[in-house]
Order: sequence, then structure tokens, then C-alpha cells
Amino acid sequence: MSEAAILPTRRDEAWRYSDTDALAGVDLGNWRAVDVAPGETVRETLVIEDENGNADGTRLTRLRVSIGKGARYELFGVIASAHLGRVEVEVTLAEGAHFEMGGITVGGRDTVREFVTRVVHAQPHATSNQVVRSVHWGQGTGNFLGNIEVVRHAQKTDAAQSFKGLLLEKGASVNAVPQLEIFADDVKCAHGASVGQMDENARFYMAARGLSPELSRRLLVQAFIGDALVALDDEGEHERLLQVALDKLDKHL
Amino acid sequence: MLKIENLTAEIDGKTILNGLSLKVAAGEVHAIMGPNGAGKSTLSYVLGGRPGYEVTGGSVTFRGQDLLGLEPHERAAAGLFLGFQYPVEIPGVSNVQFLREALNAQRKARGEEALSGGEFLRLAKDKAGLLGLDMDMLKRNVNVGFSGGEKKRAEMVQMGILDPAFAVLDETDSGLDIDALRVVGEGINAIMRAPDKAVLLITHYQRLLDVVKPDRVSILSKGRIVKTGGPELALRLENEGYDAVMAEPA
Ligand SMILES: Nc1ncnc2c1ncn2[C@@H]1O[C@H](COP(=O)(O)OP(=O)(O)O)[C@@H](O)[C@H]1O
Ligand SMILES: [Mg+2]
Repeated sequence: MSEAAILPTRRDEAWRYSDTDALAGVDLGNWRAVDVAPGETVRETLVIEDENGNADGTRLTRLRVSIGKGARYELFGVIASAHLGRVEVEVTLAEGAHFEMGGITVGGRDTVREFVTRVVHAQPHATSNQVVRSVHWGQGTGNFLGNIEVVRHAQKTDAAQSFKGLLLEKGASVNAVPQLEIFADDVKCAHGASVGQMDENARFYMAARGLSPELSRRLLVQAFIGDALVALDDEGEHERLLQVALDKLDKHL
Repeated sequence: MLKIENLTAEIDGKTILNGLSLKVAAGEVHAIMGPNGAGKSTLSYVLGGRPGYEVTGGSVTFRGQDLLGLEPHERAAAGLFLGFQYPVEIPGVSNVQFLREALNAQRKARGEEALSGGEFLRLAKDKAGLLGLDMDMLKRNVNVGFSGGEKKRAEMVQMGILDPAFAVLDETDSGLDIDALRVVGEGINAIMRAPDKAVLLITHYQRLLDVVKPDRVSILSKGRIVKTGGPELALRLENEGYDAVMAEPA
């Protein structure tokens, strides 16, 4: 049996829009465990950007997060590099815990950049909020596969997911797959997904005020991806993540 | 300052401007009046360089330059301002950010120094005050949730901040009540009445012209200028209607 036989394929739900050919030789067992103690708050930011000018290869980040009673875990990420860039998060929420995620995928060429989450509301009164914004051009693809499970006794769960894609050129694509498995009855779950293009009326309006096509595009993209960072309450990190995404746009489109 | 000669333009293959000629001298406020669908907004978009509005003949010279050879943002930097009949909403972009970037982009194109954040805010506050627009409105996203009247005031605040040499104002009076109309009209006078500036003022109504007194009035019909005269022409249009005034020999 070749080694490839044990790799995931696109038939696996969580890899449906991925580039599984890019997984050859990649260590898939590499999950990092994060335990957030009861009442604590942990925030992580992660950035997948070009390394030493290299924008290829496969970059996989896999997190298994357990959020204790009344605790809070925040994850903000930008995937702006790699042939396949994937951030995968499995989260289990205890009573009254909160999970906050803001994700941005950006890129062109023939790349796949994706967030894949599985959030288990295992106890009552926990909340989760996930916002993903994807901006692509060339043959670039951005995905958000978000699975939410609410167990039978996890009453008063409040879970929200929002995805928006912005396609700057023909040939780029985005995919959103929300999956809700809800076994409790007193639960709020909201999810929304949309895809669109740049507003050309706005761009002419901005040009009429003196903004070049590059500047108006940058401003509109900044406004678009800003949604994913509104909950990031750290100005320096906010700016850093925004710059990674906008630099990608400036340099590669 | 602006010379339009025999301009023809089409949208989707349909001819809208049909041999339009017009001259506007420095120091002049030139009103353009005309029935709905005459091509007034099309004229303003063609001057601004809007994609989809294809010039098929004629020329436009602006301050000695071939205006039609410039990109839309270059026209702005060259001193042209377009006041929109329907100002566009831009979610996620604040007026302050938008206008500061726009002003500094124009200044850069002209080889001038950028304004600092503080300098810009002082300027914005001054112009907002002139138009009676609360500074809080400028912190909000561009035109998002603004009433019709607020949008038109905001357009004039933008004009005040950008300080153009030439403004094309497309029905800036529509959607304004009498008080707002006076404020906006006086704003136009304060910002644009100068010997080295000029305005093309597109309007249906005499009431704006009572405040911004035009030096010249032209009637635009079926894609061309059919009559030009002094301020009395607007009054006659108001009293006698387009058909009567346009029927008589030029
Ligand atoms: N985007 C468009 N596509 C096709 N025809 C248009 C478009 N915009 C305007 N027109 C047509 O052009 C003509 C002039 O319109 P417009 O310039 O808006 O007139 P005005 O501002 O004088 O009312 C009208 O017949 C209108 O239907
Ligand atoms: Mg019009």
C-alpha cells in the first residue's frame, strides 16, 4: 500500500474543497492542544505569510482547544501564503465558555486557503462567534467549513457564523459549508454566507474624489476584511494582521 | 476654463450626448437646465470619466488640457469635482478616512505635501461647520444611513475639503428642504465663488438659482445645448415651461 492511501481525499467532508494532492509528505498527526483554564482568557493570533520569499508548499495548523467553564478563547488568523494553507480548529466549550474566531484568507495564483472548524457546545450557556472573510483573485480559492454541534443538554447555546467572499477576478472562487448538528431545543444558531465582487459604483465615486484604482481597491478590501478583526481588541495586532492581508494584495495583484 | 466641443457619447451603443458644445469661463457659475432624460447626468459622468460612458466624438479641454485623456482620479487631481445626483454609500470606510486619503492622493499627484491627521481634522471641521453638518457625521461611514439631505450636505463638505477649481454639481438641490437648500446654496457660493474657479450647476429648479445666482444659463435637450442666455432664461423656463422657450428661434 502506498502512503498516499491513508491521506484524506476530497470525499472526506472536511477536505471537500481542499487540495489533497498537496498533503503528500505532510505530518497530519500534528495537533497542538490548547487548554484554557476555567475563567481564563487566552488570545492567539496566527499568520501564514511568505517565508523567505517562499509562497508555496503546504502549511497546516491544527489546534484542539478545550475551553473551561466561563473561560474565553480568541483566535485571529490571516492565511496569505502557501499552495495549501489550512487552519483547522476543534473546540470544545464548557459551561458559559466563549469561542471567538476571526479569519481572513487572501490570495491568487492556483492556491487554496481555508479555515475548517468544529465547535462542540458540550455544556449549557456557552457562546461562539466565527467570522471569516475571503478575498481572492487569479485561480485562488478561499474556504470556510464550519461545523457546530450542540449536545442535547447544552441549552441556551448561542452560536454564530458569518462568511463573506470577495472575488476580484474571474477564476477565483470561495466555498462556505456551514454544518449545524443541534440536539438541544433552547438554542440560538445564526449563520450567513455570501459572495460578491467589488462595488464598481463605489470605485468610480472614489476615483471622482481622487483615489487611484489601487487605492480605492485597497480601501474597499480593508473595509471588507475589517469585519473579521472587529473583536480583536489589541490595536497593534489588529494593524499587523490587516497589513499582512493588504500587503499581499498590493504585491501580488 | 472648460471648453466642450461637439461632444458625442453613448451608453451600451445608445447615443446620449449628440454634438454638445459648451464653454464655461473662470469666475462663472453656469446653470444647466433641461427635461428629464435630456442627458444632464450623462454629461457629468462623461466629464468625470465614468466607465461605460463611451465618448465617440468631440473634445473637452479643461484648463488647457485634454480632459478626456485623463483617468478619472487624474481629473480630480487636475481640479475637477463631481457632485453626484445619487451619492454612493461605502460601508466600512469612514468619511474622515476616505476624504483624508483622497485629499492626500490629489496633493501627491500635484506634488504637494500631505496633510497630517491634525491638519486634516481642522480643515474637515471648518468645512462641516460651513454646511451645518455635525462632525460626528464625518466619523461615520461614507453616506451610510444618511438621509437624502445629509448626503447632499456631505457632498458639499467633500467639495469644501477638496477645494476644486471646477465643480459639476448634478441636482445638488434635489431632496433638500427650503432651509437646507439655502445652507447648501450658500456653501456653494462660499467654496466656489472665486475669479479662478467655475461651476456647472445642473438643476431643475429656480429656487437654488435664487441663492447661487448663475452668470449664464443653458438648456440641454436631447443630448445637446439648445439655448444659452443670462439668468433671465431660467426665470422664463420657470414661468413658461421648456416647450415654449425652446420653440422660439435661438
Ligand atoms: N446606464 C444607462 N444605460 C442605458 N441608458 C441610460 C443609462 N443611463 C442613462 N441612460 C439614458 O440616457 C438618457 C439620459 O439620461 P440622464 O443623463 O440620466 O438624463 P438627465 O440627467 O438629464 O435626467 C436617458 O434616455 C436615459 O434613459
Ligand atoms: Mg440626472
